[in-house]
Amino acid sequence: MAASPILDLDGVSAGYGETIVLEDVALALGAGESVSIIGRNGVGKSTLLATMMGHTTLHRGRIVLAGQDIAALPIHRRALAGLGYVPQEREIFPSLSLRENLEIAARPGRWTIEAVLELFPPLAARLGNMGNQLSGGEQQMLAIARALVGNPVVLLMDEPTEGLAPVIVDSLVAAMHRLRSDHGFAIVLVEQHAEIALDFSDRTIVMSRGRIVYDGPSATLKADHALLDSLIGVAA
Amino acid sequence: MIGIAERGAFLRHRHRLSWAESVPWIAAVAAFFLFPSYETLGAQVLIMVLFALSLDLILGYAGIISLGHAAFFGIGAYTAGILSAQGWGEPISGLVLAAIVAGIAGFISGWAILRTTGLTLLMLTLCFAELLREIANEQEHYTGGDDGLRGIRMDPIFGVFEFDLFGETAYLYCLAVLFIMFVVARAIVHSPFGQSLTGIRENIRRMHAVGAPVHLKLVTIYAISAAMAGVAGALLAQTTEYVGLTVLSFIRSGDVLIVIILGGFGRLYGAFIGAPLYMVLQDQLAKQSPEYWLFGIGLVLVVVVMFAPRGVLGLLEDLGARFRRDSR
Repeated sequence: MAASPILDLDGVSAGYGETIVLEDVALALGAGESVSIIGRNGVGKSTLLATMMGHTTLHRGRIVLAGQDIAALPIHRRALAGLGYVPQEREIFPSLSLRENLEIAARPGRWTIEAVLELFPPLAARLGNMGNQLSGGEQQMLAIARALVGNPVVLLMDEPTEGLAPVIVDSLVAAMHRLRSDHGFAIVLVEQHAEIALDFSDRTIVMSRGRIVYDGPSATLKADHALLDSLIGVAA
Repeated sequence: MIGIAERGAFLRHRHRLSWAESVPWIAAVAAFFLFPSYETLGAQVLIMVLFALSLDLILGYAGIISLGHAAFFGIGAYTAGILSAQGWGEPISGLVLAAIVAGIAGFISGWAILRTTGLTLLMLTLCFAELLREIANEQEHYTGGDDGLRGIRMDPIFGVFEFDLFGETAYLYCLAVLFIMFVVARAIVHSPFGQSLTGIRENIRRMHAVGAPVHLKLVTIYAISAAMAGVAGALLAQTTEYVGLTVLSFIRSGDVLIVIILGGFGRLYGAFIGAPLYMVLQDQLAKQSPEYWLFGIGLVLVVVVMFAPRGVLGLLEDLGARFRRDSR
């Protein structure tokens, strides 16, 4: 772990209105470090990402990004501070073309539209297509690309492989690995498929009932199926 | 790699002018020659088109629904009217000042009310217009109150073209102003700013998450739309040389909403279909049944909403697409 984390959550309790979903969550992410978050359905994985982005009600705790406390900032200021968010539902703008979807999110930095098209070559041929004319896989690539062109310092990805065909998942996961290893991106990946999550990062967090119940090496969970099974109920 | 030239080509393709866009302008010019006795009504239609176009910018592109857009129409009308009544009859500067005053009012009111959504926003827009109407009613020293503002005398346009009794100058003046405003509106909706408005309309949460200053963008388009509505109001004041309290009325706000629903919103040209359709319908139905003409308008609106939810323009687009498919 780096001395000063790029993203630091401390004692975070959050939820929707008065309903608390996350209880006393602590998570520190070093620069260039990636972490996968796994767990059963409804344990608060997506809520954790949504809380970082400001989509939920924060009851207690601190959220610090690159030394700046962002817990009280509105959503767009968190994005400007350096959080990139790929939502589970992709949320592509249907009436805008693929290029326009990228243009409205683009900010100066190394991740230009050209750069993301190199990361996701299938998108280059579809620049003029409207958002609602793209396949599920293309929409997911676009959702990641759109987050990247905002030039975030930390990328939050919420179940990017959900609902995609296996061949598309392979291609997407390969691109995510390139992002992590070649480009040294700090990524928080929420993933339903444990095998994808454990392969993706060296560190994995397991959540249960709104709390972190495991935060350690992915290799340990890969090697100890009984432990993994006891934590999430599904062996990788 | 995508070069600048390629990007430019793509944008030209996406936002290129199509031949169909010339149709309403040709029709407007043709109407001037074909129906010389209807030029006064024609000018009113063109003003309504401009007013509806201003509403389309916020409703059709940014998803802001308003029941009080007449507030800005009225501000523009009273600004131009009072200026003229006080002795400043030069029309172009009157239009510019009306746009500025209405735009400022739009910016200030938008800053406050656009933090709300849904029914609250709807009621606030309505309240703002009603508040202004009451102020105009109370300040009869300036506005003429319920009797309306009189004493408006317009100078010739550019010192040359006098407003005539038959409405020829008024028609051409309104058409020229509408064209300029349309070019501005078209440039806005096809700009990156316009794209971000579409993004806000389709998914405001996502626009927040990509770091867009949503509130500022909404307030900006609201102010632009208000300025455009102000120009429409100023045109009415200048061409009729009269401003009454009805320029601020709820009925006027409702009329323009019906116009844009009939024509089709989010397309710019919906206003060009909705305004003449509504005004001709209004005229003919009122002749047929002075008591129950509103019933006819309501019936037409119900039919359009049920069978052509994207308005008449949307229906024409669907028919055109079907025709192209069948002819392949």
